[in-house]
Amino acid sequence: MIILPPGVLADLVAHARAEAPVEACGLLAGAGARVQRSCRLTNLDGSPEHFRLDPREQFAAVRAARSEGLAILGVYHSHPATPARMSAEDVRLAFTPDFHYVILSLADPAGAVAKSFTVIDGRPVEEAVLHEEPET
Amino acid sequence: MQITVNGKSVQTREGITVTELLVEQKVKTPEYVSVELNGEILDRETFPATVVPDGATVEFLYFMGGGAR
Repeated sequence: MIILPPGVLADLVAHARAEAPVEACGLLAGAGARVQRSCRLTNLDGSPEHFRLDPREQFAAVRAARSEGLAILGVYHSHPATPARMSAEDVRLAFTPDFHYVILSLADPAGAVAKSFTVIDGRPVEEAVLHEEPET
Repeated sequence: MQITVNGKSVQTREGITVTELLVEQKVKTPEYVSVELNGEILDRETFPATVVPDGATVEFLYFMGGGAR
């Protein structure tokens, strides 16, 4: 489970639309399962079908998050023209343990679709995306 | 000696190289890791010969990328 508050989700959608048709990408900073903010990063590939984060920006984002008492919980990228699913390449390149992989699809004209995955034993497992803390 | 790895204080041996540190930190895919030593990003080719000094600050992170197809 990952919690993407409406403001964070709106940021991701705005980023994806601003970069389209190129894939947008960035990191998700937060605590526990709750994302507090997104960190827009440069897609070094500049491609509609691929993304690659800039390591310099990654290091800076990690430091900034840590200085706020946050951790990097996951990475997001957009699929401008395909569904929100992990591609074979996404899975093959998912190296970071215990990470959330959020994919935002702009393929449906009716609206953006965000899905989140973890990778367990080399397989993508879709997880729930909540927008608020679950009631206990 | 004491160093800081990804924001956490770590005890390790003197003379340890970056490659050895990644093994010690149980990094499974070091070929997909970027390393920053005292604020400088290292070329991957230098990992085996770069000794981590006492008191160093080391950050490492995994390559992140993918594709839509």
